[in-house]
Amino acid sequence: MEATLQRTPLYERHVALGARMVPFAGYEMPVQYEGVIPEHKAVRGDAGVFDVSHMGELHVDGPTARDFLQSMLSNDVRKLGDGDAQYTLLTNEAGGIVDDLIVYRFAHGQFYLVVNASNRAAVYDWLKEREPRGCEVRDASDDYGLLAVQGPRALERLGLLDAPAFTHTMGEIDGIEVMVARTGYTGELGVEVCCAEDDTVALWDAVLARGVTPCGLGARDTLRIEVCYPLHGNDISPETDAISAGLGWACALDTEFTGVEVLRRVKEQGPSRKLVPFVMEEPAVPRQGMPIEGGGEVTSGTHSPMLDQGIGMGYVPAGSSAPGTDLTVDVRGKPRRARVVTKPIYRKEA
Amino acid sequence: MPAAESYPDDLRYHPEHDWARVEGDEATMGITWFAQDALGELVHYEAPEAGSTVTKDSSYGEVESVKAVSDIVAPLSGEVVEVNGKVVDEPERVNDDPYGEGWLIRIRMSDPTELDALMDAGAYRAHVAEQ
Repeated sequence: MEATLQRTPLYERHVALGARMVPFAGYEMPVQYEGVIPEHKAVRGDAGVFDVSHMGELHVDGPTARDFLQSMLSNDVRKLGDGDAQYTLLTNEAGGIVDDLIVYRFAHGQFYLVVNASNRAAVYDWLKEREPRGCEVRDASDDYGLLAVQGPRALERLGLLDAPAFTHTMGEIDGIEVMVARTGYTGELGVEVCCAEDDTVALWDAVLARGVTPCGLGARDTLRIEVCYPLHGNDISPETDAISAGLGWACALDTEFTGVEVLRRVKEQGPSRKLVPFVMEEPAVPRQGMPIEGGGEVTSGTHSPMLDQGIGMGYVPAGSSAPGTDLTVDVRGKPRRARVVTKPIYRKEA
Repeated sequence: MPAAESYPDDLRYHPEHDWARVEGDEATMGITWFAQDALGELVHYEAPEAGSTVTKDSSYGEVESVKAVSDIVAPLSGEVVEVNGKVVDEPERVNDDPYGEGWLIRIRMSDPTELDALMDAGAYRAHVAEQ
């Protein structure tokens, strides 16, 4: 293991804002500035910005790029037009998940993948080893800065017009050339803004000057758990399959990709265990790794700032996966009641 | 509003960042400003039962923030005579007022000589400065 932590271009900015820095995926990243709960509420109520420059960005270009990605990724890449984006999975032969990622199509033969920081090397190596003639996979992670600006007022604060979710376009924010994608990890309206590495500090300053609240990895985690977005390494992994994880919607089982026959079989037979969202019925905070009575395990857990109660996701036997089912979570030796709910755990009042 | 950093002179301190305020044969206990600041906003207080026994240097409960859970270490031994139910309902009171409304338990001390092993405010401030 490399002992030295990497830093994003915004490291000094984070420290100057009083952020608590923690190691994450080989980077020194801000876990919080003012506090997880106020940052979480800023995103739900107004707009927050996350430095996600640690994430990996790969270009996949060439005349065979589309067919190559179609054979590697679970979703139907052929459905993408220029300017579209799609949530998808990189799968292994066993139907397990090497990474979950977003694939963007710029143009014919020009694709761009944003992958988890912790899987950047794994994804690059996986694709590079399988790269066919007529296609080049290139890791451009160090060339770009990436900010996620999320919340009901995110677009308004950035002076951007709304666009359909899962689309992207080139644009400009206060004179800085950016790629703006209508994507995110919070369940809120928002964008992920990619810029040249050297412009990252200027972009961050511009976003903060527009009244957007800086938010750390702590709030990023509580926000995504409230809306049941899986985190690779917690809820999904090379050992878990997409169907059991409830990600069948991101798998085009009528296409041919790595491990598809396994997924077809799991779908046909029904998974033996399922990833379910749950809420605690008594005061307790579920945490990753806690056993769920009857052969389950918590994969993500936290205290929901919006619901003010413990929430989480975990794998349970299929027979215990229906919404409304009572669960018992082993909280450091103490049994605590929980209940399976429907996704998302937190839903904004209409 | 989170409290400003302080370590009152009338308290005794345990190195695991717990405080005790002694009044007669009873002591009120809680966690220090340093401890609550390290944890962040508290969202859960797993309290002991009134009538149970706590032992110096051992955990008598847990406090949890969004990010982390921490054992609460007893600075003194004794029997729990009162648990702060307001903190059970609103754990963030500890962040707002760690030495006042954010107290955690009151005990009847079983061995007041244990007090001699605790730090005064000056020694605890020096201990915090080394963290």
